[in-house]
Amino acid sequence: MNELIFFINKVLISGTVLGSIYALGAIGVTLIFGILRFAHFAHGDMMTMGGFIAFLLALLATSLGIVTPIPTGFLVLPLAMVIAVFIALGIDKGFYAPLRKRGARPVTLLIASIGVTLIIQGLIRLFFGSASYSFFDNEPKEIFQIDMSAIGATRPITFTEPQLLMVIVTVVAVLALHFFLTRSRLGKAMRAMADNADLAQVSGINTALVVRVTWVIAGALACAAGTMLALDVSLKPDLAFNIVLPIFAAAIVGGLGQSYGAIAGGFLIGFAETMAVFNWAILLRPFKDVLPFEIPADLAIVPTEYKLTVAFVILVIVLLWRPTGIFKGASS
Amino acid sequence: MIRRALTLYFGVAALVFAVGYFMGTANVSLLLVQSFAYALIALGLNIQWGYGGLFNFGIMGFLMVGGFAVTFVSFPMNDAFWQSEGPMMLGRALLAFLAGALLVIGARRLDRVGITGKLRTAAIILAWIAAYIVYRSQIDPAAAYIEANGGWIGGLGLHPLLGWAFGGVLAAGVAFIVGRIALGLRTDYLAIATIGISEIIRALLKNADWLTRGTLTVSPITWPTPLPQDLQAGGMPIADSFIWARLGFLAMLLVVIAVIFFLVQRAYGGPWGRMMRAIRDNHIAAASMGKDVKNRQLEVFILGSVLMGIGGAVLVSFGQIYDPGAYQPINHTFIFWVMVIVGGAGNNWGAILGAVLIYVTWIISDPVAQQVFRAVSDFSVNQGWGAIPDIESRASQMRVFVLGIVITLALRYAPKGLIPEVVKRSS
Repeated sequence: MNELIFFINKVLISGTVLGSIYALGAIGVTLIFGILRFAHFAHGDMMTMGGFIAFLLALLATSLGIVTPIPTGFLVLPLAMVIAVFIALGIDKGFYAPLRKRGARPVTLLIASIGVTLIIQGLIRLFFGSASYSFFDNEPKEIFQIDMSAIGATRPITFTEPQLLMVIVTVVAVLALHFFLTRSRLGKAMRAMADNADLAQVSGINTALVVRVTWVIAGALACAAGTMLALDVSLKPDLAFNIVLPIFAAAIVGGLGQSYGAIAGGFLIGFAETMAVFNWAILLRPFKDVLPFEIPADLAIVPTEYKLTVAFVILVIVLLWRPTGIFKGASS
Repeated sequence: MIRRALTLYFGVAALVFAVGYFMGTANVSLLLVQSFAYALIALGLNIQWGYGGLFNFGIMGFLMVGGFAVTFVSFPMNDAFWQSEGPMMLGRALLAFLAGALLVIGARRLDRVGITGKLRTAAIILAWIAAYIVYRSQIDPAAAYIEANGGWIGGLGLHPLLGWAFGGVLAAGVAFIVGRIALGLRTDYLAIATIGISEIIRALLKNADWLTRGTLTVSPITWPTPLPQDLQAGGMPIADSFIWARLGFLAMLLVVIAVIFFLVQRAYGGPWGRMMRAIRDNHIAAASMGKDVKNRQLEVFILGSVLMGIGGAVLVSFGQIYDPGAYQPINHTFIFWVMVIVGGAGNNWGAILGAVLIYVTWIISDPVAQQVFRAVSDFSVNQGWGAIPDIESRASQMRVFVLGIVITLALRYAPKGLIPEVVKRSS
């Protein structure tokens, strides 16, 4: 049964964690695309920035002597999200709003967002160098182990506290967003604007407000995603820059502009990555006496070093097979 | 317009001289060669984006392909590999690859024999899986064998100029495949798809140790012109030898750029360039005039990528080392976009100017930031606040920041670039 536990640890738990991160990031990307019609490349670095804000606040909290059973980085997350929201609004006002006012094409905004990526990354590296930081220098990272001896396994199912919190944060964020978009007046206005911006404007919807709300949600989600990712692994300046492409893949696979599609896309890419590098020979080993052939030592679909390319291969296939994503996405 | 361009060129030349005054002739000769190699690549991007309106964010992939090409052509032969079973095993892997390709093509053509719809789709998917398994079953043992015996396949030991040309050819092949896959996509999807493809290329070249030695890197790669060591052997002092060798390389590179520049400038002014601009500005109208938009875009994409491949080869042969792990999207993709947009998309003079200007800015923002930080640090020490720690490592991070500031300012205040495209209208 150890093989099954290994599968659960390596594929189900890793896939859920990875999928949550991709989904959290992809929702932000897809919301901005739906409202503002451009691929916001700087989203990954807004995530990293959110992680660093939470890190600074956690240091502050620790120095004030605040100690709680939950990780300090998670405790300060709401405050970090508020700060990140103001930075996101500032970025929009400083860099994107003037271009939009001029009537620049979405492509120009995409290039501008790459400029913003470089600025944020430069600033983070300027202040924090290229070292990696841990939220758990002053407190232990709790590890949960579920004993599975009842079904005859000697190894436990293992996951960490940040991973559990990450999944909870994702579920809460998704549900909150769902109710916001379907029940509140502002959420409905957002969906109307995503559907047809001109029509929304002539129906009396305050489009400037909708744009601001979009940045509020995107900034908050980016900060949450970055902090949760940094809690799970470690905090470094290229934390989210490396996963911004899988996040885009998730958003595109789900259909740009489709919030639920982004969630589905995130988990699809997350599970695809973990399943592609999993050594399936392990699952076959218990049956080695009944199988007519010799089990090869390595039955992974792709070698581990190609894990990230799985997302791009899926992206390219989806773009060819159904260019607007699995759920029909918006077009600019 | 010509006066403006001349003024800007004199300005950049003055900037280069100023940098040379502060950093020394050896450094400025290094900087000039690199900036002109970047200019060649920026010219390639200008063809794709400025002429054709195509959104290529996968420049890094083409540079890596070009770099691999020059390494493979000009590095000395690896006898240990050629005397082992390796070539035979690679041959079998190639046969397996061709068999797989035939299988997939056959499955795609099943509609000719009346198998269509879902059945054909299923057959295509099965064919892909079978092809993948067949190919992996041959290439994996071959790769493992080569890495154990001989290390890697080595080069061919030919002239580096052939390597530059091969870089262009190989990049053209890759661009053909990428273009066939991705060019039908909308601009922003195309951007993401090309980034994804360039990441796939990077992963392949970085991890294929049998082909490129991966992170072990390959060096030294020879120059097409005499190396500093050759000049030293001729009795030249060491300091002078570096300058003269680099100037020789620069002359070689400038000849290549001049020829290419002349050709692309002629193409821009001719009927072909007019057609490309028509497609860029309104592809629907161009298609209704009978232009084959899809194939023309593929054409311009391949042409631009050839220059990127040659440029990537030049960079690797000048640096004398091929390190697939050193390629980063910021240094090898985004910087070219900054160059073309700051210089002026659609204008080749602008692309060259932008390339040299941005490369010089990129290089000098490190020492300039160091000076600024030192001044601030001295000031804060005098005020009793303590010094700024790790000034050197922090200053080198300023390059990325400066690049970001430059591109956002350019988009906001000079969206057409320093030397904008000249749109001729007959009255």
